[in-house]
Amino acid sequence: MASCNNKCEYDFKKFIDNISLNLSPTTINTLQVNITKLCNQACLHCHVDASPKRKEQMDLDTINRCLEILNDNNEITNLDLTGGAPELNPYFDYFVQEAKKLNKHIMVRHNLTVTFDGNPVTGESKEYLPSFFAENKLEVISSLPYYQEYFTDKQRGKGVFEKSIDSIRILNMVGYGTDNPDLQLNLVYNPVGAFLPADQASLENDFKYELKDKYDITFNRLFTITNMPINRFKQQLKNLNAYNDYMNKLINSFNPDAANGIMCKNIISVSYDGKLYDCDFNQMLDMNISIKNKDLSIHDFDFKTLVNRKIRFGSHCFGCTAGNGSSCGGNTT
Amino acid sequence: MDYYKSEDLKKFSEVGKFSKDLMDKFFDYYNTAINTDGSLTKREKSLIALAIAHSKQCPYCIDAYTTQCLETGANPEQMTEAVHVAASLEAGIKLIHAVQMQNIMKKNGAI
Repeated sequence: MASCNNKCEYDFKKFIDNISLNLSPTTINTLQVNITKLCNQACLHCHVDASPKRKEQMDLDTINRCLEILNDNNEITNLDLTGGAPELNPYFDYFVQEAKKLNKHIMVRHNLTVTFDGNPVTGESKEYLPSFFAENKLEVISSLPYYQEYFTDKQRGKGVFEKSIDSIRILNMVGYGTDNPDLQLNLVYNPVGAFLPADQASLENDFKYELKDKYDITFNRLFTITNMPINRFKQQLKNLNAYNDYMNKLINSFNPDAANGIMCKNIISVSYDGKLYDCDFNQMLDMNISIKNKDLSIHDFDFKTLVNRKIRFGSHCFGCTAGNGSSCGGNTT
Repeated sequence: MDYYKSEDLKKFSEVGKFSKDLMDKFFDYYNTAINTDGSLTKREKSLIALAIAHSKQCPYCIDAYTTQCLETGANPEQMTEAVHVAASLEAGIKLIHAVQMQNIMKKNGAI
């Protein structure tokens, strides 16, 4: 098994080359757009380093260009809106409504608490969101690190668990997380601390039982996600002197089946300023998609060129390929 | 306890350097018994292992099964209860021997 100390680089590309594993794009079925780094929360594990202090916002021209790309490429059937709290972009509603006209499946990475907290900069209320989501039949994907208060608040801040439960209750009231196939509410679990996630199916059963039993709330699916060793979580690992142990844990848990399901094989990630990346993690590490020494933006979007690109790998890629795998849609095996 | 180092846990397989066949048989048995879902789930087995680890005061096992409990979805309340099961059983094992003490006292007319 590979292992490293402080002076060693965790070279994912070299690792997959050594085992002759070719990981290349197969299609682009999802445009994942990070439309703001502003968030009402500042979570320990957040790879975006999002917080109420961030100011980055996608502007209207860039959103319109994303809509053009969606319109011009039938293969792209999904729009995945993320942030920050994507609802805090001033053009969020417009983006959703226009993408809906193009018959795209729209996912929103909704943190649950923004409904109550509103915009931390302007004070604007966001209590309309559950109804807005339902009207536009968005798939709502929400982080809830655990079905108990302790782990959730430790990772996401004091009081977040209680607010999240109240928010899920409202989503249930408008039809989310029930048997309505158009109103999917999927929760996201990621471990608190330097651990790998538990088995997705087993944990989903626990979440469903506990949340129904204790709070009378329901959801559709649970996605388990591995914490990526970048940005805020990486700093936390370093502070705990646990970074190398965590990296070695990921490497020793490398699973080729999980690797074959990694999300960068079928998505393109767009940053608030319109640059293109293989995934949201590469975006946060400024690892642009670059062809012939040119960093590509949405103005260079060409489906065929992008499908034939080489994915840029980094040490964090061991996070997506460990154990049962990890992606924005949960495990990959 | 400097004698026990957590990095030594990773060297467990090196015990198989000699008598490899016996060690392979042990690991096969060990992994089948503990690291699989059976009539008990892997999480339930991990909680049992955590309790025994505390009862036996094995630092390696406490390290390994704290991790395994969390990575199979257990929470701190469940893990702490498991340790209390171990602790209460240890206490009970001590206390039940007081029957022997009383037997001796009875036999010799003290009570």
